[in-house]
Amino acid sequence: MTLIKTKYNRRSFLKVTTASTGGIILGFSWLASCSPTPEQIKQMPDEWFNINAFLKIGDNGIVTIMSPNPEIGQNVKTSMPMIVAEELDVDWKDVIVEQAGYDIQKYTRQLAGGSQSIRQGWQSLRMAGATARRMLLEAAAKQWGVSADELTTDKGVISHASGKSMTYGEVASAAAGIEVPEEVKLKDLKDFKIIGHPTKNVDGPKIIKGESLFGLDYKADGMLIAMIVHPEGFGMKLKSMDATEAKAMPGIKDVFSFNVYPEGIEKQWSDVNAFPEQIAIVGNSTWEVMKAKKALKVEWEYVEGTGESTTNYMESLSALMTKDAAEPARKDGDPDAAFKNAAKTIEREYSAPFLAHNTLEPMNFFANVSADKAELVGPVQTPEYLSKTIAQVLGMPEDNVSIMMTRMGGGFGRRLYGNFGVEATMISKHVGAPIKLVYSREDDMTQGTYRPAYKVKYSAAFDESNNLTAIKIKGAGVDGSPVFENRFPAGALDNYLSENHNLVSTISTGAWRAPRSNFIAFAEQSFLDEVAETMGKDPIDFRLELFDRAKSNPVGENNDYDPERYAGVLKLVKEKSNWGTETPGVTRGVSAYYCHNSYVAQVVDVMMKDGKPRVQKVWCAIDCGIVVNPEGALNQVEGGIIDGIGHAMYSAMTFTNGVPDQKNFNEYKLIRHNEAPLEIETHFVQNGIDPTGLGEPSLPPVAAALGNAIYKATGKRLDGQPFIDYLGEAIELG
Amino acid sequence: MAQYTITINGKAQQVEAAPDTPMLWVLRDHLDLVGTKFGCGIGQCGACTIHFNGVATRSCQIPISAVGENPVVTIEGLSKGQDHPVQKAWIEHDVPQCGYCQSGQIMSAASLLKQNPNPTDQEIENAMSGNICRCGTYTRIKKAIKTAANS
Repeated sequence: MTLIKTKYNRRSFLKVTTASTGGIILGFSWLASCSPTPEQIKQMPDEWFNINAFLKIGDNGIVTIMSPNPEIGQNVKTSMPMIVAEELDVDWKDVIVEQAGYDIQKYTRQLAGGSQSIRQGWQSLRMAGATARRMLLEAAAKQWGVSADELTTDKGVISHASGKSMTYGEVASAAAGIEVPEEVKLKDLKDFKIIGHPTKNVDGPKIIKGESLFGLDYKADGMLIAMIVHPEGFGMKLKSMDATEAKAMPGIKDVFSFNVYPEGIEKQWSDVNAFPEQIAIVGNSTWEVMKAKKALKVEWEYVEGTGESTTNYMESLSALMTKDAAEPARKDGDPDAAFKNAAKTIEREYSAPFLAHNTLEPMNFFANVSADKAELVGPVQTPEYLSKTIAQVLGMPEDNVSIMMTRMGGGFGRRLYGNFGVEATMISKHVGAPIKLVYSREDDMTQGTYRPAYKVKYSAAFDESNNLTAIKIKGAGVDGSPVFENRFPAGALDNYLSENHNLVSTISTGAWRAPRSNFIAFAEQSFLDEVAETMGKDPIDFRLELFDRAKSNPVGENNDYDPERYAGVLKLVKEKSNWGTETPGVTRGVSAYYCHNSYVAQVVDVMMKDGKPRVQKVWCAIDCGIVVNPEGALNQVEGGIIDGIGHAMYSAMTFTNGVPDQKNFNEYKLIRHNEAPLEIETHFVQNGIDPTGLGEPSLPPVAAALGNAIYKATGKRLDGQPFIDYLGEAIELG
Repeated sequence: MAQYTITINGKAQQVEAAPDTPMLWVLRDHLDLVGTKFGCGIGQCGACTIHFNGVATRSCQIPISAVGENPVVTIEGLSKGQDHPVQKAWIEHDVPQCGYCQSGQIMSAASLLKQNPNPTDQEIENAMSGNICRCGTYTRIKKAIKTAANS
């Protein structure tokens, strides 16, 4: 039993009302998407009692739990309320989940990013449930004249040894008037009844019926549709515009240019935007606005020079690979001496292109700006940051800005950067009407905030006995280096050097699912495969030796991983995949990586057919601590693996004089059904450690496991992405 | 602008729209049937898949002027409630992640099973490869289609 102080964010636990009337739910239920299903309405209580900001209980025992964080497909709308329900000790079938709007007064960290929703929400969500349970117990104890400590609960029923029992619904009214306890007990892990049990996506029934859930589905009275036109290339700006014809087209209300961020605004990290001045087209319906967009005559010009092309920045990155950084990011031992004295060295340069996020739901946002308030509804991973920026650009107090998060048709990091919300705000303000901003796919794909393009060079030195004596890593990106200097293999090597280089660009970049890790894991784990081969060692045994070293006699002090947990997932995947066995026509590769506080190891089986690799099976072992919802967790892991394979194999953004060469899915290739792995088998390490990230960690290692398996089939090391651009060569050699 | 009478989910609907307006936007903007999703506008992603005259079709590629008397079925009209075998299988396998592509996936899968009640893995891949799932739920979709085929 854990005792926990409830002082942390006690505002969340202040009673909102002692007894609300007739099923009215504060201000929460302002979207159709939040409303209960017809099945749920049948069992709606006559009266709700608000216990705290996370939950309210109906007189019939039905519980509404607010899901505080944005839902981007990572399934927190199911898993976060599960944690509250667990400590409240109710039957999951009696729970209705609603999406909370942005409310910093009630909730902390309403952000979808860094795979941190569950990890950082774990304590406060448990506390919300446990606090409410304690208040219900105290209310019952009062009525029965006993001590609350003598009472037990099970599935929403309170019992006393005397035989008395009462449902939560019966005592909810009294519980709403109980003082919030200073301290509450949390359940022992062994007593969990909801956490750890496969639970279906709470929005599943609405999704399969096509109900209105997403930002793009949102409608309000008098709402107009807006689209933007941004410069066709990075490093370009508006030269001239002739909107005469566009303005005259049916259904068009206005065409104008506007500055997204007005002068003097203090931008936050989330305010990434490559195009300060854009054109807005506003009209009655989406198709009318799309047609007017085509009729608009616009000329662009370069701010300076002639824009960046892929060949240019890839050459610039290669040039950086020949330079030494002024200061290494990390240096252990004497790597230069180790290389000087080496009997043998190997070296490989890895590269990867810019990637677009390509959420299947394009960027969009609803804004209704009036003189004294702004109402926003839409898909954003960072409502707190958007709220601050909106208040700034409108020059109004943040209290006058409201943001409701819709379910998102994918995030992958793109919706951390809320420029589209600001654009919607500026357009609504300009036209003085509620508008929904809609990006076309082309607007979305050519707008930027891409995963940076990267290069990294790995070098290894060996002594005369073929022992690994040093590794050097030199990384560069457009922009930002992908190297994490304190991650493995740092700590396992006497001589180690890592350094970072940077290339600044007009092409805007941002976090893309598992930032930096999504590339560096590929390079590192591909290179370690080559090092193991050079040493004549099994790739898993070789990695385990390094983890043994990092555990028994670590080098350096800031090693950012637990070698035992790292080795644990490798051993697990080795066992589950029957590593060492061979299947005719199938080759295998292995990879392991740690990021977002979780450990992942994968084995990939590949079969080459007509010169193309098809993944037959992926085994995945993952240590992310306690798994809240095994069903959703499996889905996340499978999705991360398919996402990782897809982008490593097929996807790239390239540029010619600043203009993106890919504008839609006919030019930008995403993985499809006929390219997906035939089977994925996932195993979670069972331990009682508090949960860690799961939305991202399964993605980074898989590219290397795939590349290492393809190498076994073809004899060619894949050091560039997308693999399809390098496979032709591989097949000739194979 | 022109007047059209089209049959959506078994019901005749009057729509006033420009002749070149794609059915995708007729459904979403004019008829408030937002289950049919916008993903690319060029028939590449499958998010806008409907049944046009009984066959899975990208609604972004059909102008309203070409609909005529051909019946249109959208995700909202696929079943009463959620009892189509494909929808039930989607729940059983907990397929969706973000969920945005799933209307289109379900419409493609339902059309496939209508024409071929027991598809092979290869036939499933062929029929479904026009539908992108950015979250990567492909392995679950395949399992769900097999479950629906067996029900």
